[in-house]
Parts: sequence; C-alpha cells; structure tokens
Amino acid sequence: MARVVSVYLPTWPIDRLLRATRAGAPELSKPIILIGRHGAQRLVTAVNVEAARLGLRSGMPATKAQALVPELVIHHADPDADAKALERLAVWALRYSPVVATDTPDGLVMDTAGADHLHGGESAMVADVGRRLRQAGITARVAISDAWGASHALARFAVAETVIVPRGTVRISVGPLPIAALRLPMDIVGDLRRLGFNRVSDLSATPRAPLALRFGPIVGRRLDQAFGDSAEPIDPLRPADMIEVRRTFVEPIGAADTIARYIGKLAKELCDRLEEKGLGVLRADLVCHLVDNRIQVARVGTAKPLQEVQRLTRLLCDKIEKIDPGFGIEILRLAATLVQPIEASQKVSSLIEASAADVTDLVDVLANRLGERSLYRMAPAQSDVPERSFVRVAATAPATNAKWPIDWPRPSRLLSSPEKIETVALLPDHPPVSFTWRGIRRRVRRADGPERVFGEWWKRDAEFVAVRDYFRVEDEAGERFWIFRAGDGEHAATGSHHWFLHGIFA
Amino acid sequence: MEGAANRVLHDLRAKVARLESPQLRARTILPFGDVAIDGKLPGGGLVVGALHEVAGGGNGAVDGAAAALFAAGIAARTVGQVLWCVTRHDLFAAALAQAGLGPDRVIYLEAGDEKSLLSSFEEGARHGCLGAVVAEVSKLSMTASRRLHLAAEASGTMAIAVRRWRRQTEAADFGQPTASATRWRVSALPSVPLPVPGVGRARWLLELIRCRAGESADFLVDACDGEGRLRLSSDLADRSFTARDARWRA
Repeated sequence: MARVVSVYLPTWPIDRLLRATRAGAPELSKPIILIGRHGAQRLVTAVNVEAARLGLRSGMPATKAQALVPELVIHHADPDADAKALERLAVWALRYSPVVATDTPDGLVMDTAGADHLHGGESAMVADVGRRLRQAGITARVAISDAWGASHALARFAVAETVIVPRGTVRISVGPLPIAALRLPMDIVGDLRRLGFNRVSDLSATPRAPLALRFGPIVGRRLDQAFGDSAEPIDPLRPADMIEVRRTFVEPIGAADTIARYIGKLAKELCDRLEEKGLGVLRADLVCHLVDNRIQVARVGTAKPLQEVQRLTRLLCDKIEKIDPGFGIEILRLAATLVQPIEASQKVSSLIEASAADVTDLVDVLANRLGERSLYRMAPAQSDVPERSFVRVAATAPATNAKWPIDWPRPSRLLSSPEKIETVALLPDHPPVSFTWRGIRRRVRRADGPERVFGEWWKRDAEFVAVRDYFRVEDEAGERFWIFRAGDGEHAATGSHHWFLHGIFA
Repeated sequence: MEGAANRVLHDLRAKVARLESPQLRARTILPFGDVAIDGKLPGGGLVVGALHEVAGGGNGAVDGAAAALFAAGIAARTVGQVLWCVTRHDLFAAALAQAGLGPDRVIYLEAGDEKSLLSSFEEGARHGCLGAVVAEVSKLSMTASRRLHLAAEASGTMAIAVRRWRRQTEAADFGQPTASATRWRVSALPSVPLPVPGVGRARWLLELIRCRAGESADFLVDACDGEGRLRLSSDLADRSFTARDARWRA
C-alpha cells in the first residue's frame, strides 16, 4: 500500500528567486510579484504573502497590480528556471524516499511507504520535511495519505500546514474539500459549481454516468484517484549521476528465494561500479516495478560507506519480507542514492596486536530493522544534574574516553522523572527517618548525603537559585534508593522542599 | 584411586561436551575470581559461549537494579563492545561505568516490543564480535532460550538475559524451564556496616538457582567493584551462607 507525501510550495517561484539572488532577508516584508507574458498581455504569475495580503492575485494584469500597490517589487518570471530548481529540490527530497517526482509547477510528490521508519515514523518525517524547507526560506505545506490525489488536494486545500491521514480514512478527509481540489480543468470546475456541486462529497454521491456523459471520463477518474481507488503511479526521478543497476525479467518473479538471488547479483554489480569510482554506499534503494504498474521500495542505510557485496546483500535481503510482490516483479532496480568516498586505511596486523572487533555491520542490520534512533551509546555530558549528565550519540561514533566523575555512587536505575514521596524528615540537612513510595512505607536505616546539585542558570532563569540535595538511603530490607529534596532546607526560593525518589541502587 | 576416577569422569565429560557442541570449540570460561563461587561452577567460571539468566529477588524482580549491575559486572570483564537491549530505558549509564562498563563500550538498543527485542538479542549473540549481549526480557520461552543458547554457543559470545517483569506476581515465570546454562537470582541485602553513619558497600545475596552440570548454591557477596568483580562478603568468608538463611531472606 502506497503512502504518498505531497509537498505544496505556494510561493515557489518567488522563494526560488530570493534564494538565487540571496536577497531574502531585507525584501521579505515587501510585496513582491513576478510577471510573465501571456500573448500580448503582461500578467502577474506569482505573489508573495505580503502582496497577497494587499489584494494582489496571480492572473491579474501587471499594470493593475502596479496601480493598486505603490512600492511593488517586480521581477520577471522564469518558468524554466523554476522547473529546473524544482527538479533539484526533488533530488534533495530523495533523502526521504527513493520514489520522488516533481509535481509541476509548484510541488513535489513522493511515495514513502517502507522508508518513513528511517526518519522516526510518519509524523516525525512530515514535520522534518516542513521544518527543513522553512529553514531554507521555502514556504511549504505537506500532506501524507494513501493516494496521490488525496495528498495533492489536502496539501493545497486543508487548513493545517501538515496533514497526516491515517491508512484507510482517505474518504473522510477528502470529502469536505471543494471540488477545485480534484485537479480538474478550470472550466469543468466552473460548470460543476454552476450545477450545484461544491464539495467532493457532493460529487462522489452523484451517479457517475450522467457526469461522464456531460464532462467526459475525467471527473470519474479524478475522483477515483483522490480516493485511491485507481492506481496513479509516480514516475520516480533519477539523477543523471546516480549509480544504478537494474534487471528486467521476461517472466515476473515473486518468490522470496528468487528475489534474494537477484538481489545478490545486483549487489555484486553495484559494488563493482562503486569500486571503480572509489565510493561506498551510505543509502541504497531497491525499487521493484510490479506487473500491475505499482512500485515497491526497500531502503537501507549504513553507518559507514559500504562496498562489500555480502553485507549489502544481507541488509537488502532483510527487507524482502516487507516487499509485497503481488502478481510479480518485472524490473528490479538497485540504486546507490547516497554515496561517500571510501578512505583506505591500514589494517593492524594480528602479529602486532589484536585488531579491534568491528560491529558496524551488526549496527547496520539492527538499525535497518528497528530504525536508526533505537541504537545509541550514552556519552557523558558536562552537567551535574543527573538527567542531563548523558547524551545519546550514534552507536558507531568514535570513542571519546570521557568519563563521569566517580566521587559518588550512582543508582543503576534512574526513573525517567523523579517521583514524589511522603517523608518524615528533619530540616535542614538530615535524611528522612521514613518515606512512603508507591504506597509502601519504608523506615530508613542508613543514609549518606547530602550531595548538593545546583541548578543550571544558563538553561532556565528558574534554576538560578534552585538546589537539590541528594541522599542515598537504605531501608530495613536492605533496598537502597536515591532520593532528593528540592531546595536547601532553609530558603524557600531554592525549591519546594518536597522529597522525590529519583533512582534505585543495586 | 579417587583421582584416577575423577580423571576418567573428566575425560568422559569432555568427550560428551565435544559430541554435544557441533563446533568442537574449546569452551572459554570467564571466572568470577573468587574461589568459593568459581568452585561451584563447572569449569571454574561462567561459560562464555552460553546463555545465562539473571533476575532480581523481591522488588528487584520489577526494577532489576541489582540484576542489571550484576550483568554489567560480568559484561565489564569480557573483551569488546557490549550490546544492551531494552524495551524501556531506565538504565543509568553512569552506574554501569562505576561497575567497570565504560560509556564507549555499551551500545544500547531500544526495541519497541518483546518480539523484536528477542530477535535483536539473537542477532547480537550470533554476530561474534561483541564481548557480551545483555537483554532485559520478561518472557523467555524454551524455544527462544534454546535459539539464543545455540547462537551464543556458535559465536562464542556471552548472552545474558536479565529477567525483569512488570509486576511482582509475574516473577513466578522464573520457575519455568529454559535452556540457559546458569540461572542466578540477585537480591539486595543490608550493606556492610560502617563504624560511622552512612551506607557501606552494597551486599547481595547471590543465588545460583540452576547450573548445567553443577549444583545450586548461595553466596553472600559484596557488590561489583570498579572492575566488575564480586567477592565473598568478608564477615562471612569463613563460613558458607546456609540455605535456611537464604529462604528467610527471600
């Protein structure tokens, strides 16, 4: 099942121009329009947000726009350059999915089924697309759903900037949209309006035959495409310099063993090509073209540039179970979408010292199975506050040899957020005599402390005077806990003087 | 006479072990470094290419604090990186570092569910370049444990399953048979008394509940030191901890 992301760039020609001329910042607040020729007429082809606020619309005569707004910044439209830049943007979007195409004139479309987990799931991926484009100064609206038609409509006509439609609920989300969202020619939209159709749901509730008789087959087709009932394959963009190998089959293949065998052959060819250029693959896409014109994609990523046939085959073969061959696979395509030069390094001879074991391949296998973010190492961070004293780093990051200070014992379990406990304790610097945690009262037999941790004023103003006093306490049964009091026990400003349990010692 | 009989038995055992293990690999042993504990284990220590199980006693069945530190102590004494698989992350890496398992050596893996956790655990045990693989699992079926044990045996990697349950009542699951080579239960005991107020070095009751080709035993030990080593608690070093005391503690 496809998951189609549609990216709508409402002010793409202007954003592109401002990025190209590096004049983004000072002109942002000014109304900007682009003008182009339409026969003998000079028409407005694009307006920015500020110009739209002043009432300018694309399609109005340029002279009228100039008359309406005095300090108008006018540039000449260049549709060819826009299209070329859009293609370059599509190449950038290959980072999200191998199936990306331009949705001319003002959008991108990509199929992210089977690739979203590498970006932390659909919602994280969609948010990431929007954020990165906005950071680059490009206005973008993103929608993801089961069908191209639906995503296209939602990106352009939904209220929210990002729309995520769960699987199988396309009908509910597309129904309330206006019929202009259906990618129909403008004259048909006008005629349909005149007939009293305003929303997509009105149109889908009407018998098809009279509509087809009056407007031709296009209305029915667009409706099917919007609801995902008819296939609408995306013709994936392929950059010219991408290293790619392919196999076309006379007889479609479908068995897992057969796919695995051909993956092995393709991986061998790809690695040979990579070796010629001295490159290693960081991201490889296996694209399966099915006989019924659908495309299935498996994407694998590696932590370090990879040129070994066995490892690449292993990673790709792990993905076979995710591929649904349907009626069979006609073309198998393996592309290295992200490559990096391989640096030759000298191997340590086993005569001198034992070579360090390399676990990169295991990390790759597990990261492709569970997602990149579920594998990590903990590195010490410069902070005395326990929950900030570590940061997650990549599993294959170089060793830092950094260490935590070992003055005080640390509990082996740290609660994700400190839990409040009821205590009987003397102020200011005594440990509690007893405390109640999760409904069980424990009498403190032994205690160590306090270890005072000061707030980090450079993070938040409230931490300027905040203090925590940590105690290690042991109850009658010998269980050891890490508890703290918020505040120094004397000054109310330093904390609430409530007690919390933060960790469990072994 | 007795020595000769022992030698015959020893040779026979070695022969059977070679028949059982397909790789004919000489088994590597990781000793605890304490005669009392190593003496109870066949071969004088933990078999490296095998699955071992650790659980906490009492509340430790839920928090698994002592069990995790015990596993970290064992993993710290192996060579190479350590893969630590969890489903919920509440380990404090600084504490593992204090047991000798530095931050550069541990790769954490956070799996979404038990199924993918077990498959990652097996993948790690099969790989062969890791020093040890630790996984915090609640359910461990006979089939799963046998797979894990075979994977560990084939690669010569130590696999440690830290058994940890959501609720105290589920801990009865620990009685179910599995294919692990040893099965331990670690419970926290009151720490070593100090002459001044304060908490001394932590002490554990270490129960060897099951041991393949060996007998079960109880030890009263001081918790892991900076290099992950245990030692029999000093005030009890001259006499063994009796089974009656163990029952009373548990």
